[in-house]
Amino acid sequence: MSTDGEVVVSVRSVVAGYADEDVLHGVSLNVPSGKVVAVIGPNGSGKSTLLKAIYGLLHPRQGSVMFRDRSGATHELTGLRPHAVTRLGINFVPQLANVFPDLSVRENLEVGAFVHAGRFHEHLERVLLTFPALGTMLSARAATLSGGQRQMLGIARALISDPQVLILDEPSAGLAPSVVDTVFGTIKSINASGVSILMVEQKARQCLSMSDYGYVLDMGENRIAGTGEQLLHDPEVIQLYLGNRGRLGEAVLRLRREFVT
Amino acid sequence: MSALLQVDGISRRFGGIRAVDGAAFDVEAGSITGLIGPNGAGKTTAFNVISGFLRPQSGTITFDGNRIERQPAHMIARAGLVRTFQIPRVLTRMSVLENVQLAATRQPGEVLGAALIAPRAVSRREREVRDEAMQILDLVRLSRLANDYAGTLSGGQRKLLELARALMTGPRMILLDEPMAGVAPTLALQLLEHILERRARRGTTFLVIEHDMEAIMAISDRVIVMDEGRVIAIGSAADVQQDERVIEAYLGRREAQPA
Repeated sequence: MSTDGEVVVSVRSVVAGYADEDVLHGVSLNVPSGKVVAVIGPNGSGKSTLLKAIYGLLHPRQGSVMFRDRSGATHELTGLRPHAVTRLGINFVPQLANVFPDLSVRENLEVGAFVHAGRFHEHLERVLLTFPALGTMLSARAATLSGGQRQMLGIARALISDPQVLILDEPSAGLAPSVVDTVFGTIKSINASGVSILMVEQKARQCLSMSDYGYVLDMGENRIAGTGEQLLHDPEVIQLYLGNRGRLGEAVLRLRREFVT
Repeated sequence: MSALLQVDGISRRFGGIRAVDGAAFDVEAGSITGLIGPNGAGKTTAFNVISGFLRPQSGTITFDGNRIERQPAHMIARAGLVRTFQIPRVLTRMSVLENVQLAATRQPGEVLGAALIAPRAVSRREREVRDEAMQILDLVRLSRLANDYAGTLSGGQRKLLELARALMTGPRMILLDEPMAGVAPTLALQLLEHILERRARRGTTFLVIEHDMEAIMAISDRVIVMDEGRVIAIGSAADVQQDERVIEAYLGRREAQPA
């Protein structure tokens, strides 16, 4: 896959999983600087696991994750803890916006600003430009926010660290369709401000239509890659979700014919 | 063929969430029917309602000509409609064989009087049950482990044991909840083969929830697709794979709306 622009995150042949089971069997991808990159695929294809492996929530057993910071220095991320990855310039918005429900909106944002000790206010001002609505509810407990507002708070909390790359795990999960549009619109405007985006989404087509590049995972492996536009019109992508005919399918159909006669 | 199971407009809410919201479909006698849909579509809740583990808040369910929507699970099972669970429920402190034997119906030894009055009939039936249980364990390739504690089985083996117990009741219809999940690929094809074989030999009807699309599309005569508690498409595998509503349920709308 050709990529214009410098690559900021480069994932090479990552093997990762839980306990003694591998979920990713050698997955690779690039995030070019300033672009939106989508990772899609059916349930259980390893999308979320891939994000965790990049952000240090899960340590790859094999392979490498390289990051090039603003100064041009490269860092190997494998083995780093999430807070260290955040300090380098990558931040993560977990699924279902895991904000702290008992903290206020302001306190949630303050937690996110741990990398800028003492300079919270200037970063708060910067983030509130993107999320003006949050500015009107700074003292509200996060638990009282709607699902959409919580998602916005989750994104704002990640953005307050002033990341070079923002990773989002299913930002549309559990949100009403109109709210999904707003969240996607916000992600687009964050990207327009220069932040590279890597996102996993169930709403594959909406996500691809706003992405520069996309990777389709299936059963823990890279299956198809291309520009968002190419993948959007690739019938193979639909087949991956709705059942393409492989060896198992052929074998079952053979058995069906045997048992009929 | 005629409908063995008719589900008409069933609904089930949890708090404000409509897990199943007026779902309706028929399952033909002797068919293998797939029930698919994205996460949270309401498939397992539909199973719970059909099998009597949950009461529907509205709608009717007819099995073999009889209304069952207000009957408890054990009565529905006795009528010949049994189900398996996504997470297998096996009796871990009993042997694999005992787990299957327990599922047999018509066991006179369960009644104290019969055990005293007709001990021979009881032991005859016990031998029958034991033989049948061993045959079924053979079928699902677990006979080697017949005397092991069920608790020592792997997740995939427990799924097979659940299927064995369901088969042992000699049901007319089995609801399988994700039979392939956690089953090793080599066992997966065997499991699908048992389903086809049972249907061919005994005419058993299957309704199967499964996330492995390749498998469910290949094995099903018809596929029912649910999304947000409703049935959005019913048809052959090829039909539903091309249905724009189904594609939308799995991949989202074609374009984002302008924000």
